[in-house]
Amino acid sequence: MDPIIILHAGIASGTVLLFATLGAIFNERAGVMNLGVEGMMLIGAMAAFSVTVSTGNGWLGLIMAMVAAALLALLHGVVTIHFQADQVVSGLALTFLGTGLSLVLGEGLSKAGAINLLPRFSIPGLAAIPWIGPIFFDDQSVMVYVGYVMLPLAWYYINYTRPGLHLRAVGENPTAADAMGIPVYALRYGYVVLGGALAGLAGGTISLAVSPGWFSELTTSGQGWIAVGLVIFAQWDPWRAAFGSYAFGALRRLILDIQAPAVLFGMDNPFFYNPYYGFFLAMLPYAFTIVVLVLGSRQAMRQRLGAPAALGVPYVRGERGR
Amino acid sequence: MATTAAHPRSGPKLIIEPRLYTPRWLSPVVSVGAIVVALILGGGVIAAVGGDPLAIYAHIARAAFGNLGVFSDTLVIATPLILVGLACSLAFRMKLWNIGAEGQFYMGALGASAVILAGWVPEGTPQPIALGIMALAGIAAGAFWGLIPGLLKAKLKVSEIISTLMMNYIAIQLVNYFVFGVWSDSGFQMSKVFPKMAWLPKLGDYAKEVPLFRGLTTHFGLVFALIAVVIVWYILYRSRWGYEIRLIGDNPRAAEYAGIDIVKNSVLVLVTSGALAGLAGMSEISGVVHRLQGAISSGYGFTGIIIAWLAKLNPIVVILVSVLFGGLILAGREIQPAGVPRLIQGIILFMLIASDVLLRYRVRIARA
Repeated sequence: MDPIIILHAGIASGTVLLFATLGAIFNERAGVMNLGVEGMMLIGAMAAFSVTVSTGNGWLGLIMAMVAAALLALLHGVVTIHFQADQVVSGLALTFLGTGLSLVLGEGLSKAGAINLLPRFSIPGLAAIPWIGPIFFDDQSVMVYVGYVMLPLAWYYINYTRPGLHLRAVGENPTAADAMGIPVYALRYGYVVLGGALAGLAGGTISLAVSPGWFSELTTSGQGWIAVGLVIFAQWDPWRAAFGSYAFGALRRLILDIQAPAVLFGMDNPFFYNPYYGFFLAMLPYAFTIVVLVLGSRQAMRQRLGAPAALGVPYVRGERGR
Repeated sequence: MATTAAHPRSGPKLIIEPRLYTPRWLSPVVSVGAIVVALILGGGVIAAVGGDPLAIYAHIARAAFGNLGVFSDTLVIATPLILVGLACSLAFRMKLWNIGAEGQFYMGALGASAVILAGWVPEGTPQPIALGIMALAGIAAGAFWGLIPGLLKAKLKVSEIISTLMMNYIAIQLVNYFVFGVWSDSGFQMSKVFPKMAWLPKLGDYAKEVPLFRGLTTHFGLVFALIAVVIVWYILYRSRWGYEIRLIGDNPRAAEYAGIDIVKNSVLVLVTSGALAGLAGMSEISGVVHRLQGAISSGYGFTGIIIAWLAKLNPIVVILVSVLFGGLILAGREIQPAGVPRLIQGIILFMLIASDVLLRYRVRIARA
């Protein structure tokens, strides 16, 4: 129950959620909702692990994870952008497809044995800062640092660059964007594929770094769905997404650690004496996702913040906006 | 898509244009076509991982519909599928995305088991009364699990997609707690077997009167399911409430101008949807499993989503689709690799929504 250990592990497993949530933010900022994050993460986790087992190269595994998930996302793009299918149903179909495909292709993979994981290291100097150092910069996986770099870049890109402006325009008012000469269809495809690649990266981060291995559906155990919920809590903002992701990561670790000591805050620890109460702890991440949605929606209502205006609405050139 | 895909040279042109009207026969034809294409694609994947798709499909057909015995087993799986398919159809008709049928199914099973295992229905109660109480408990538990996301949506505008989904995970852990921590049968991951009064009668029970029924597993839950089909059909197409549901689904703004209370309806629909899925859980626990245990659903709640969509949200068609999927799941249990049924379901759903475009547009070849 050392808070530093819990937060340190929380940052690592929160990085998975961070990648997936950032991917979904890009998707949704462009006006396309993709509920298939869970399926794309699973295919990413499977591809990363499988490629790493057969080649011994984790980086190659990570790249294939992104490619595989991006291809799956492309399918969602074709169906929702060109065929104007319902984005909710298509996203669900993507989850089924991704889950089924990764179970079929990952058959027998769970017995593959140990692999070379992605490297872990400390940042000299930064790691020595009290409190901050041991949590953020000490013996973390390289993917954690990738997350630190990606976060400000994503925030700056969305809010302060011209392509970022185009991204927001396509999600808020595609008709006006089209009239300005912004290629609405091409951008939506691009960001759907980017969102898929990031979900794949999240999956690969699980199977190669955070909790290595392939455990069929349990590899992701609903984290893709938590990411979808976090996007709403984050109000489509990368910094809030990072806060939510790391907090959820820490919660996952806390749930494990709280069951270990016999005495908790000077009292008998109920989770130690009745391990079955652990099932209630296992509910917490999912219950918290709902709580977080409630908080997010209350705040959004008060500040009149909202989803991208064209989120979930297919764009048809020449048809009046709905 | 509304643009014209012109051939680069002059000559015959491929024109894609919106349909002014859609002939009635087209929708079923396109759906069947989508399933065929999906089976071909699924076969491709199976072949790619070294399986023999034709052998697998032939095995599915034989193992699901080959004789009366296996067909009866198929109907056993179709029973919960019909109920969750209805649950999803009702909610989807209002464009309410209840992804929580799985959790509502688990809660229904938990509620129905609780009245027996906690001893609230004393042993020796006449069977119809015991079963009736179990069904009501299952319905109430499922409805409660739909009520929570319904209220969250109505009062706090929380997206029901994510809340219903999260409630699935919570329900499964709750069932696990009761299976392991409260009603565990001497440490095993299951409760003790229910007394006979809590078993839904099955066809095989009447083998003495009708020899043909010997060993048949189809149980009384199928009757529940068929009654539910009639009720949901009546609600959707013959009642004022159903009219409101359909209007909200088709055009929420028009519904609001017409004075229809969307908030109240979203709570009611999610509760009813949850009740149907809860009844599915009761039917499964009392008709098949006969005890409370952890893995009682092989993803029935999620399959219900596909079934609803494949049936175009039509309660009558839900029966047919459920029987087909029941066969797929039954036969799929013995198929390696284990993910094949899920994979095929995913591809079918994808093909189905992609093929919808053919209902809205037509392709015409025009001479230049």
